[in-house]
Amino acid sequence: MSELNPYELREQFPILQQEINGKPLVYLDNAATSQKPLSVLDSSRNYYQQINSNIHRGVHRLSQAATAAHEAARGTIAQHLNARQPEEIIFTSGTTDSINLVASALGRSTLLKAGDEIIISGLEHHSNTVPWQMLCERLGTKLQIIPVLDDGTLDLDQYDQLLSERTKLVSVNHVSNAFGTVNDLHHICTQAKKFGALTLIDGAQSIPHFKVDLQEIDCDFYAFSGHKIYGPTGIGILYGRHALLCELPPWRGGGEMIKEVSFQKTTYNDPPFKFEAGTPNIEGGIALAAALDFVNDIGIEKIATHESLLITHLAQLLSDFPDLTLYGPPSRTGALSFNIKGIHHYDLGTLLDQMGFALRTGHHCCQPLMARFGISGTLRASFAAYNTIEEVEALGQALKKALMMLR
Amino acid sequence: MTITEKQEQLLEELDLFQDWTERYEYVISLGKKLPAMDESLHSEDRLIKGCQSQVWLDASAHDGKMRFLADSDSVITKGMIALFVRVLDGEKPDDVISADLSFIEKTGLKEHLAPTRANALTLMAAQMKKGALEASQL
Repeated sequence: MSELNPYELREQFPILQQEINGKPLVYLDNAATSQKPLSVLDSSRNYYQQINSNIHRGVHRLSQAATAAHEAARGTIAQHLNARQPEEIIFTSGTTDSINLVASALGRSTLLKAGDEIIISGLEHHSNTVPWQMLCERLGTKLQIIPVLDDGTLDLDQYDQLLSERTKLVSVNHVSNAFGTVNDLHHICTQAKKFGALTLIDGAQSIPHFKVDLQEIDCDFYAFSGHKIYGPTGIGILYGRHALLCELPPWRGGGEMIKEVSFQKTTYNDPPFKFEAGTPNIEGGIALAAALDFVNDIGIEKIATHESLLITHLAQLLSDFPDLTLYGPPSRTGALSFNIKGIHHYDLGTLLDQMGFALRTGHHCCQPLMARFGISGTLRASFAAYNTIEEVEALGQALKKALMMLR
Repeated sequence: MTITEKQEQLLEELDLFQDWTERYEYVISLGKKLPAMDESLHSEDRLIKGCQSQVWLDASAHDGKMRFLADSDSVITKGMIALFVRVLDGEKPDDVISADLSFIEKTGLKEHLAPTRANALTLMAAQMKKGALEASQL
């Protein structure tokens, strides 16, 4: 297997060719959103230029072409995830929307009642925290939290203790957006199943970085966003086990999600349409499939190897800085978070921006996790296939310059 | 010197620096020279929580003149605070209330007084005016 050539790849990302403050842009905020290759941009444009039309209800040629492309995209996504069937793939607007869909549908179902428990972890993004808090407030269910250990991994012994007959759902991320921690889904899902609890995995930070096989993970729901894997914003996916999707009530009412409507009684469509009320983001779904094609043409294993090289190199380079704390375990995926004693992450981020580096500073939408470590935030570098070793080296130099200015 | 004159003088000073590095270093040094704010003044009611950095502001009036004490956990934010303090400290409450603070956009520094962002600096500018308003109503 030949290695990934990031320089060749960069030619497909026009946005990366620009300068910031007269310096070449070094984009290391990929965990927030990735840049889009020409093939994805072309896919969006071609959709509007050639087949734009509303789907699933037209007798005319364009509507049929748009419907075919939209459903083919669903097929591509199902195949990429190794879902059992395309009907298990629901188009949403993103991970947040996907999680809210499950929270809302579960809240209306008979599967949850007051006194039941939902388990999340201390590593979660606010989008996998707040929807459950809102649901618990409404239903009187209880939220339990898997604690985070000092190395940024989950305390799975505590998790085993938290599980009980009352546990109805376990919702955790696959990879932490803040620290790059990869969670042991095998353990988490297997244990949850023993108690008959459903499992939801937030895959926003895993899908862009390594192969995800849903039949192997054997979870009930899996959510991710298109824009973090070279696709457009405003499109995301919720995978749901088919039998479960059949059982759950819909969450939004409107067109597309019905079988028959009368003022006396309305019957609902089958999944996935039951959960897709209204005109969907047709172009987004098609462009997301193009993004997955882009990834598969390179080979996700090659991307994983390349990114792991970059992140390890940065970790090594940073270990030479005095008073620098790296968060998360040594085996990180996608992102690396750190702080330097006595220096505010915001100051570092501001000066790095002046030098053309796009990094993220702050709490990364994980305030409870930051509180667990007694910090207000971190500086986070996060990677994509187009990043290079030279960029990592340059970041090291830029950090030195910023520190000289701040000390 | 009027508030406007103080702003012009400040912008002239910053204009001396061609290089962004020197400009930032200068602003950071201004922050370091700000009169120290006693730790006891770092109270919840003086705290302005931004999205990224925190600011503590104490506004009071003495003999009809505003007195501002401020601090931040970020040295760049603190430097930016120093710019505001230099322009508004010692001024009459009414002059602070009506001051046009858009000079900050001309400093060539990254910060903006964006109305939509939870920016500690934006919030602080508003808080300084609020302090002056309260003082003027005493």
